[in-house]
Amino acid sequence: MVIYSLTFYLFSSVAVLSALMVISAKNPVHSVLFLILSFVNASGLFVLLGAEFLAMILVVVYVGAVAVLFLFVVMMLDINFVKLREGFLQYLPFGALLGIVLVIELGILFLTDRSSNIYNNQTPLQPIISETENTKMIGQILYTEYFYLFQICGIILLVAMIGSITLTLRDKGGVKRQNIDSQNTVDASTAIEKKKVKLGEGI
Amino acid sequence: MNYDILITGLIIIAQILAVVVPVLISVAFLVYAERKVLALIQLRRGPNIVGPFGILQSFADALKLITKENIIPSGSNKIVFILAPIITMVLSLAGWAVIPFAPGWVISDINVGIMYLFAVSSLGVYGIIMAGWASNSQYPFLGALRSAAQMVSYEVSIGFVIITVLLCVGSLNLSKIVLAQQTVWFAIPLLPMFIIFFISALAETNRLPFDLPEDESTLVAGFFTEYSSASFVLFFLGEYASMILMSSMTVILFLGGWLPPFDVYPLNVVPGVIWFSVKVIFILFLFIWVRGTFPRYRYDQLMRLGWKVFLPFSLFWVVVTSGFLVYFDMLPN
Repeated sequence: MVIYSLTFYLFSSVAVLSALMVISAKNPVHSVLFLILSFVNASGLFVLLGAEFLAMILVVVYVGAVAVLFLFVVMMLDINFVKLREGFLQYLPFGALLGIVLVIELGILFLTDRSSNIYNNQTPLQPIISETENTKMIGQILYTEYFYLFQICGIILLVAMIGSITLTLRDKGGVKRQNIDSQNTVDASTAIEKKKVKLGEGI
Repeated sequence: MNYDILITGLIIIAQILAVVVPVLISVAFLVYAERKVLALIQLRRGPNIVGPFGILQSFADALKLITKENIIPSGSNKIVFILAPIITMVLSLAGWAVIPFAPGWVISDINVGIMYLFAVSSLGVYGIIMAGWASNSQYPFLGALRSAAQMVSYEVSIGFVIITVLLCVGSLNLSKIVLAQQTVWFAIPLLPMFIIFFISALAETNRLPFDLPEDESTLVAGFFTEYSSASFVLFFLGEYASMILMSSMTVILFLGGWLPPFDVYPLNVVPGVIWFSVKVIFILFLFIWVRGTFPRYRYDQLMRLGWKVFLPFSLFWVVVTSGFLVYFDMLPN
């Protein structure tokens, strides 16, 4: 158990410190890299809780895809660091308000009675240790209890995807595109045209 | 104070060394094999000076590179510049923790083994992006951008291929995936998926014909243009180690891992690790063969292949496979 607590404190302290660095780093690319470090440590915490499937999904989705695109965008931006710092005091009260609201909400979540939960016999914050793989457990709950919510999530994502595609898809004229099918059907008879050229006249 | 923790720790370190050292040595021989095979394809001799048949050439090259001066460009972002090759190297070795070489020959036999491999291979892009950005130079940056888009695109179809295999296995554990292939290797019933996975693996490891991030005819050397000496060696080792890792993943998913092709007498006495190595070497040979045969893809063709051909086809095949399994009542468990 010593190792367990040591790894817990390692993961959680690195996660918190890198989260602090995300908001305090001067360079936005460094911020994103610290965000990635924070994600990875959070997934380490999931592993310690016995939720290995969630941990892997966190790494695959957030670190492997979302943060890559994020880093991609931040790297391409030409950001003026001095200008970025200017409004700090102006935004401070607003940020502090958000933080306080979040802390109060978390407090309410932890202090309220959770007996109204659908699993009356166990508190959801405790890891459930059992023989079943938690991938299977997630599947069993997701496709039975929360089936409609799960489908609605899928529809929301689909709508968002269609929306972003229609916003970004522009058909500018003058772009030469390759038609792969017609390209593949080309042979010598269609690609080469033989002409008799008279001397001194050209085509 | 009990010494159990200490002993367990030492055993784990010994296990890690027992995997990492052979992997690094096989990288050296893979580089040699690649040069020899390419030479044979192009009717040349290949390396033949250092050692018998030039077999020590890679070690000589590594020594030469490490003793060179390590240049860090003055305009670069130094910490990220140094971190990038280390991350590439570490990630390409981290995946080996879950690879089962033979029954029970695995450092960590976790339930979500295939997800772990997928996660580690999707992290591989960070070494390249960080290198490209930290170099503060145009060619590496272009290489990094190409690589980011390419690896994210091909991961999607790899994900669907993995889902197809998982439908037939019913578990994410790599050992169980291998054991599910005792009757028939998945390469036979899932042949189109095997081909898609192999091509996506080429793209994921930035190998020819998809090596646009390091396209030397347009980008000098791509994302590692500014790297020299030991940091270049780390990139090189990392790239080839992840190549072997992807080959092992192909073998585990489609070619029955450590299982012999037929469970008959002379074949099933051969140790599993030998079968595993033979299959991995075969896949690596395919990697090199493809490199010697095909010209490099153009970038728009690469993106078209990933998004417009592989993604719809693999999605379709997921539906076909699950429909087949449900209709014939062949779902595992």
